[in-house]
Amino acid sequence: MKMTLKIQRFNPENDAQPFFQEYTLDADPNERLLDALMYVKRFQDGSLGFRKSCAHGVCGSDAIRINGKNGLACKTLIKEVIQKDGDSVTLQPLRYLSVQRDLIVDQTEFFTKYRSVKPFLINDEEVAEKERIQSPEERLRFDDTTNCILCAACYSACPVLESDPLFIGPAAIAQAFRFLADSRDRGFAERLPVLDRPEGVWDCENHFECTKCCPRSILITKRINQTKKMIEKHKDSEADDRQKP
Amino acid sequence: MIHQFDTVIVGSGGAGLYAALEASSRCRTAVLSKLYPIRSHTGAAQGGISAALGNVEEDKPEWHAFDTVKGGDYLVDQQAAKILAEEAVRAVYDLENRGLPFNRTPEGRIDQRRFGGHTRNFGEAPVRRACFAADRTGHMILQTLYQQCIKNKVAFFDEYQVVDLIMDGNTCKGVVAVQLSTGELRILAAKAVLFATGGFGRIYKITSNAFANTGDGPAVCARQGIPLQDMEFFQFHPTGIMGLGILISEAVRGEGGILRNRDGERFMERYTPTLLDLAPRDIVSRAIMTEVRAGKGIRGDRKIDDYVHLDATHLGKETLLTKLPDITSFCKTYLGIDPADAPIPVLPTAHYAMGGIPTDTHGRVVRDGNGTVVHGLYAAGECACVSVHGANRLGTNSLLDLVVFGRRAGQHIGEYVKQIDAPKVSEADGDFARQWIARLTDGKSGPHGGHIREEMQTVMMEKVGIYRNAGDMQAAVNAIQELRARYQSVRVQDTSKHFNTDLLEIIELGNLLDISLITAAAALNRQESRGAHSREDFPDRNDGQWLKHSLAALQDDHVTIGYKPVDVSIWKPKPRAY
Repeated sequence: MKMTLKIQRFNPENDAQPFFQEYTLDADPNERLLDALMYVKRFQDGSLGFRKSCAHGVCGSDAIRINGKNGLACKTLIKEVIQKDGDSVTLQPLRYLSVQRDLIVDQTEFFTKYRSVKPFLINDEEVAEKERIQSPEERLRFDDTTNCILCAACYSACPVLESDPLFIGPAAIAQAFRFLADSRDRGFAERLPVLDRPEGVWDCENHFECTKCCPRSILITKRINQTKKMIEKHKDSEADDRQKP
Repeated sequence: MIHQFDTVIVGSGGAGLYAALEASSRCRTAVLSKLYPIRSHTGAAQGGISAALGNVEEDKPEWHAFDTVKGGDYLVDQQAAKILAEEAVRAVYDLENRGLPFNRTPEGRIDQRRFGGHTRNFGEAPVRRACFAADRTGHMILQTLYQQCIKNKVAFFDEYQVVDLIMDGNTCKGVVAVQLSTGELRILAAKAVLFATGGFGRIYKITSNAFANTGDGPAVCARQGIPLQDMEFFQFHPTGIMGLGILISEAVRGEGGILRNRDGERFMERYTPTLLDLAPRDIVSRAIMTEVRAGKGIRGDRKIDDYVHLDATHLGKETLLTKLPDITSFCKTYLGIDPADAPIPVLPTAHYAMGGIPTDTHGRVVRDGNGTVVHGLYAAGECACVSVHGANRLGTNSLLDLVVFGRRAGQHIGEYVKQIDAPKVSEADGDFARQWIARLTDGKSGPHGGHIREEMQTVMMEKVGIYRNAGDMQAAVNAIQELRARYQSVRVQDTSKHFNTDLLEIIELGNLLDISLITAAAALNRQESRGAHSREDFPDRNDGQWLKHSLAALQDDHVTIGYKPVDVSIWKPKPRAY
């Protein structure tokens, strides 16, 4: 099937402004959008810049905006974006992160925010047995958040970042929840200062854009709300403690 | 620009990150990676990591070590396999203690499941040895190790492409790398360098491997005169998604999935009556190709891309959802089918390099059959060859290899660098890399790399694949040599400095061509069938002549082959039946 890729280009060495360039090619509707990008890069224009690696939706390298929607180029099939012969699809870099080259964005800020929630198991207790015991039910509580591949699609989809660039974003909160809800973790107090502030969890306005676009089907908005509840509960119990004689 | 470290770790998958955790607590450590660390292909490993925990049934490290040796068709170094199996138990508990979210038994312990070639009591029946986190075990290992690196403040240099080693005689002094964001050449001096660059499945057309798996570490070593070991042994995983090569985990069969031909027959009954669908991968891949060649593939046209069915419809939605969720999602996304309702069309996909940079059990690179150590140079993970996988790796042993030998290498580096003075390097050490890049970017007209890459991948797939013979492999060697000659005139189309991914791709292509040549030449040289190396013209294993590791060296554009003895100090080689 004939298709046109309309790709936003930008090379800071030469270009004052981003511009769109069109590439026309034949593509199998069952192929991935990434296959089309690779075809252009290898046989039409080697200067096209984009990231990629695993090519099946588990490494998180190729998150971009596809007709305005955030997703992975390798988890989007041509037939999902092209209805008929000659149709075109528009590809742009993720939002809120500065463009380094074409579809490549600077992920530093995204990863800095991710790191700020201390995304690692916090627990200094001696392990009594060989493994820490955890029931299947306890394990299930944080299951979907462990799927996060830090692709930043949700970050780009979030409308809140438009008004508050300091918001840590959906992925960082989902990653915090992954540990807060883990029965083995003891890091609630350490993470609280980052989460319990406007640009922590409270900026979230339940737009659900993160949940809608997550290539790993994580119920991000729900996890953010659960995190909010954990913080509220913690504050309530602190207030109760203070009222005790 | 010159940077100075105690150790530089190249690659940030499981092996590199584990080594970094160990080394960084002991010395100044830098991790270089051409990707962001969590993008590494360790994250694509699905089914599990084996350890004889005995959480669900009796198991022993000794059985695990034996299965590893037998699975590798006795080309495994047996003391190394013993270390692998014994340290597996502690390694898995360590990962759990560091936060890895394993699936749990009803008692709250780490759950375990069956995997190909892993057996109870030296081959009696399958055993539940694979510890797992759904079908995302590699993803969880990568995430957990990266989280620990953040906690321990490991210094990362993301998006640096290593192009060369700095050698002084038999001592390594650092690496030369291109910083992708600026296009600048960086010289990193180090007392010790660890290569953990992963596999090179991209030499083949149909592969489960990432675009990034281009054999950068082994290719750099080969160009520095370090021979590569057992390169003729490349594993084809039996179950890749038809056409795309995307991996469908062996865990599907571990949970009870069945391979069927066009008659609906469970054909593995005829090949491996004891282990059935859970025989080692080399055997299952050959069985599939034999069925296809006999016209028993689903289309029945005997063509190389005909396929068979992996039937998981009887497992039930619950098992698929809790234990194989990603597989279910891949099938829905790429095939438009739900494995609960329809069988998965599969065929073998190029998956794993058993061979690589030769090392001892501390990760130190050895350059010959006498075990001569290259000072200050280490390798671990898929790019290395310890050898614990021999002629065919068992499923789940790759993740185990990463954590056991990544950790051992990191610890050894930590001690080694204390005894060494900081090496002296200069800008001139970057000359080879500088000249290579200068040629690719000199502005002359030349072909782009796309066609060369396609031809290379097709030749390797057709002529150095599952079944091999002398005529095909000689043709492959000749074709690759011709492609390597054409590569000399390749030029980039992208002339800018910032994020020149065109240059990166063409450097990778150079690596793939060198690795293809060595693989094809080593395969042509070994005149027997053993493990994944299956020759139509030499169908039997020949221990009298070939119970030895090969060492393939790149010399003046040709491959010369030497040998190294196999450690068979525990179990005497026997015929391999399942």
